[in-house]
Amino acid sequence: MKEGIVMRLGRADLLQIYSLMRLTRAMEDRTRTLFLQGRVVGGVYTAQGHEATTVGAAMTLSEGDCIVPQHRDLGMHLARGVSPRAVMCQWLARGNSPTLGRDGQVHIGDMHAGIVPMISMLGESLPVACGVALTMKMRGRDGVVLASCGDGATSTGAFHEALNFASVQKLPVVFLIENNGYAYSTPNNKEFAVDNLSSRAAGYGMPGATVDGNNVLAVMEVVEQAVKHAREGKGPVLIESKTFRVRGHSEADKADYVPPELREEWLKKDPITRFEAYLSEQGMLTEEQKAEIEARVKAIVDDAVRFAEQSPAPDPATVADYAFAPDGPIAIIGEADDHNPRYVNALDTRTGKAFTTMVQPGEPAYNAPEEVVKR
Amino acid sequence: MSAVTYLEAISQAIREEMRRDEAVFLLGEDVGTYGGAFKVSAGFLEEFGPERVIDTPMAEGAIIGSAVGAALMGMRPIAEMQFIDFITCGFDQIINMASKMYWRVGMPVPMVIRGPSGGGTKGGPFHSVSPEAWFFHTPGIKVVVPATAYDAKGLLKAAVRDNNPVLYLEHKLLYRMPELREELPGEDYTVPLGKAIVRREGQDMTILTYGAMVHQSLKAAQILEEEDDLTVEVVDLRSLTPLDRETILESVRRTNKVLIVHEDTLTGGIGAELAAILAEDLFEYLDGPITRVAAPDVAFPYAPPLEAAFLPNTEKIVAAARKLAAY
Repeated sequence: MKEGIVMRLGRADLLQIYSLMRLTRAMEDRTRTLFLQGRVVGGVYTAQGHEATTVGAAMTLSEGDCIVPQHRDLGMHLARGVSPRAVMCQWLARGNSPTLGRDGQVHIGDMHAGIVPMISMLGESLPVACGVALTMKMRGRDGVVLASCGDGATSTGAFHEALNFASVQKLPVVFLIENNGYAYSTPNNKEFAVDNLSSRAAGYGMPGATVDGNNVLAVMEVVEQAVKHAREGKGPVLIESKTFRVRGHSEADKADYVPPELREEWLKKDPITRFEAYLSEQGMLTEEQKAEIEARVKAIVDDAVRFAEQSPAPDPATVADYAFAPDGPIAIIGEADDHNPRYVNALDTRTGKAFTTMVQPGEPAYNAPEEVVKR
Repeated sequence: MSAVTYLEAISQAIREEMRRDEAVFLLGEDVGTYGGAFKVSAGFLEEFGPERVIDTPMAEGAIIGSAVGAALMGMRPIAEMQFIDFITCGFDQIINMASKMYWRVGMPVPMVIRGPSGGGTKGGPFHSVSPEAWFFHTPGIKVVVPATAYDAKGLLKAAVRDNNPVLYLEHKLLYRMPELREELPGEDYTVPLGKAIVRREGQDMTILTYGAMVHQSLKAAQILEEEDDLTVEVVDLRSLTPLDRETILESVRRTNKVLIVHEDTLTGGIGAELAAILAEDLFEYLDGPITRVAAPDVAFPYAPPLEAAFLPNTEKIVAAARKLAAY
């Protein structure tokens, strides 16, 4: 384990990180169950094995920073305060989901909370991340954008365009590649011909680093340094977090192209088990506390599923609605008065109510990120 | 005050919007130091600085994608395509990212993508396209096509102030056309999106058109009046999305015959949709076949005789109108 950030993290922080990793895993396990029960009608993409990378990376951010997550980044969402209820409403295609049933999965976001909604064309979010960072730079802020992608997306033109543009403009972006070994069924050796994807950083004139993606504290150490670099106006950083996609691309994929011994090897490096062992060794996690956290995580997931199942389906009569945003003034997000309802982007004008991606008042609290975010 | 060209009107619109609202900025290839390939943004870098007039790498996906990101933050970026043909390199950002965003997550994406479109400049297959139909088909993006200097300025200002992605197609053949010079109002004005305008009134047939073809159609109408004693109404659509159905239907209801003229290729073009609307809504009013004059279904050719044969023009419009008038 690296020492830098660990020295500054107190026991409460470490347990919060652990809880978020557990919650991420539990949410996805439950989603899979719902899928097998036929209650999730569309594709299910999970990220068992990614929890150290997603939670760890997001936990290095501060208020005013932004994440640009992808489909295996539920951990990032939860670490930034996204509502488990909202996530379950997405999976169950409810009418009160953040996308009002128009889209599923974790295709959600809220610019007020610094979360850019993704699309299925992986890699395409990276230029969008540049635009967010460009705005921060133009407006003289010290915010940082954490933009992730998988190893698959590193083959796209969007990846190249974004990294190059970000470097030329010295944008405050941390590009995080979650290299989990496979783009669907295609292994790394058919995707690219370098040992470490972070070596590409040199070609863009930015620093690059590869980190053990199943070691949450190592991830935090490296991402924290990158965030600091970006925040100081020194430009973007490329990080490759090496991890493994334990399950298939989607739950429809048995992933029988993965050699069983390879999966076994990585299962031994499970990020949650490893972190748990570390915490236990350090005397920071007793069996009792572990059981307590498990119970709390289960309660949150149960609540989210219950909430989603009790939520209404979308009204088919609204199918042709919402193609265009209404007229009116637009607030610059993150600046004074941006929640004033006179602005078209203050509220969700489709419903006339607040955006619902983030934990709502009255929703059971799970270790909300405030404490870490404020540090 | 002096008469300005279509290009100067575009330039004025951007400059005035950037002065009016600090959320507005321009990004694209060669827009800063060089002032743009057509000099639309000449002098902007000096006035607004490199943070608001951004010379980008040659990467349309990064240009449009960055514009989307900035728009999500509440900025109002104007993304320039050096030639609109290159918009294909940023297609995904428009189709999957920008145009579905508000519908999906309720967050507006107030941005303009603009650039020189259309042919007649010996630009060949990669510098002459009329791309409107690709985007006309896509929900969630507005498409405007100014034909005059007044509209070029007013529509661009309205596009910048709109809360949605707007594709603004300026016709490069019109940029410096002397006969399009006109005096523009000294005060701030906009031309609302979604409002067509009747450029010439008539009773015998309606021509529905837009962009550079407005001028070819007006010339054709003049010839038809002089030589055939026909009065032809010319409707300049100005906005393709939203489409001004009211003005279109009102005109055709009076004239009972309709000729649709566009520079883009025929199949699946704007004319196909207009024809469908008219057939659905005005079936009983039509006294002749809905007729289209458009480019043939091939890519845009380079050699002058081929380009001339490809593009619709006054002659082709007159010939089609005569055939239609005979019904």
